[in-house]
Amino acid sequence: MSVVPGREGAAPALEVAGVGHRFGARAALSDVSITVERGRFMALLGPNGAGKTTLFSVITRLYNNQEGRVAIFGHGLDREPSRALARLGVVFQARTLDTDLTVEQNLLYHASLHGIARGPAKARIAALLDRVGLAERRGDKVRTLSGGQSRRIEIARSLVHEPRLLLLDEPTVGLDLESRAGIVRIVRDLVRDEGLSVLWATHIFEEIEPGDDAVILHKGRIVARGRAGEIGAPGEGLETAFRRLVAEPGRQAA
Amino acid sequence: MTTPAPARVPHLGRLDAVGYLICLGGIVRRELLRFFNQKERFLSALVRPLVWLFIFAAGFRNTLGVSIEPPYQTYVLYEVYVVPGLAVMIQLFNGMQSSLSMVYDREVGSMKVLLTSPYPRWLLLLAKLVAGVSVSIVQAYAFLAVAWFWETDITPAGYLAALPAFLATGLMLGAIGLFLSSLVRQLENFASVMNFVIFPMFFASSALYPLWRIREASETLYWICEANPFTHAVQLVRFALYGQFEPLAFAVVTGTTLAFFAMAVIAYDPGRGLMARRGGPAGDTP
Repeated sequence: MSVVPGREGAAPALEVAGVGHRFGARAALSDVSITVERGRFMALLGPNGAGKTTLFSVITRLYNNQEGRVAIFGHGLDREPSRALARLGVVFQARTLDTDLTVEQNLLYHASLHGIARGPAKARIAALLDRVGLAERRGDKVRTLSGGQSRRIEIARSLVHEPRLLLLDEPTVGLDLESRAGIVRIVRDLVRDEGLSVLWATHIFEEIEPGDDAVILHKGRIVARGRAGEIGAPGEGLETAFRRLVAEPGRQAA
Repeated sequence: MTTPAPARVPHLGRLDAVGYLICLGGIVRRELLRFFNQKERFLSALVRPLVWLFIFAAGFRNTLGVSIEPPYQTYVLYEVYVVPGLAVMIQLFNGMQSSLSMVYDREVGSMKVLLTSPYPRWLLLLAKLVAGVSVSIVQAYAFLAVAWFWETDITPAGYLAALPAFLATGLMLGAIGLFLSSLVRQLENFASVMNFVIFPMFFASSALYPLWRIREASETLYWICEANPFTHAVQLVRFALYGQFEPLAFAVVTGTTLAFFAMAVIAYDPGRGLMARRGGPAGDTP
């Protein structure tokens, strides 16, 4: 794949350093530091309310970066937001396709948001729909698609502008086992074949492989990090370690 | 590698003016597609002013004589008088409708998609505004096409001259809507926008009756109407349709547009804006 030239050099795909975020008096994130290396799959684990969505909103510049620094391939969100965002693809937790428009119209709209003319966009979209196995649904309205299919379309959409870093916020929520596996496979193939860097928020352990990087976010703080297979006490396993780390007296961890 | 990579990387070098125009075109196209997909919306936008024209104006033509005042050169029928006001009313409704769709976009999350575009946020909001105005101009001209059969004495040149006026008034009403959309948190609150914005703006203006008539009734009300930017929007279009330019109306419309657009940009700014103070995403609320 294309090597990004110039001073991007060897900067990591995503660098989140000491990020904090407050909503009034409530601290949603405190001193969060995460580095996604190029070509790596990183799992962001956390129970509901841990701050995953807030972190994603800061990285995507939906919220102002109040404290700390975010850089995408070396481009700081504060100084070069356009360059940073141009290298970033996002799949949000909520469904964000226009259900009244066709699959292709949705993707073309997204391409235009990144300044890609219709000609090259159409070719790119055809290839991506092929990749997610939905080429034949190009002219169908999104409302006729199943949940798993619209998710795949959203992944295709997030890739239209050829980002090198992909953020996915619990992309498999509400899907059946088979669709879930399909989504995971598509993203893992992208990492393997194209060297895409991925930050994948989830609380489903089956989606994580022992060789992935992982961080556990709890109450807005990072409580563990490392290779997914090595987090926790020896022999404990990721899932048990996670439950122990986020356990609270009087409340069952999600 | 299965995905064919274009010779150049599309996200590089496209963050320029050409790229922005593509972005603008895409946003306008989406708005028009959505509009034409919603047949009911198109019909109701057209039917509302026509009902006013057919029924209301017909009923009032005998009770409300309109004497000669600029830009009219002769005594005009009431139906003729209300046509410009009704056309701008379409834009008023459309501006509020766009604001409603902004609130909807925010609830369903497609606003997030828009805001992750690498272009500066004020340019994205401007594109959104232009998109809404395009839809409103389509609607206004559809209405004028029907109203043409009412002997409104508008020449083809008048229709053409009104286009920049509609653009200006559309931008103004859209900017007001955009600003309101940043204040309204939920869709349900929109009914109050109808009651407190659309109706007062429309009725306290020169859309339905000449202001000298209002002055006869109440001096205070007259000044309220004069201060209402909607009055000036109507006057700008009214004069343009008869081939004349109204400088005061133009100044008020432009000034109001700039003021409300600036406020909308501030409101949508992730740092200062209202979005940031609103307690965070639903998923992270304990």
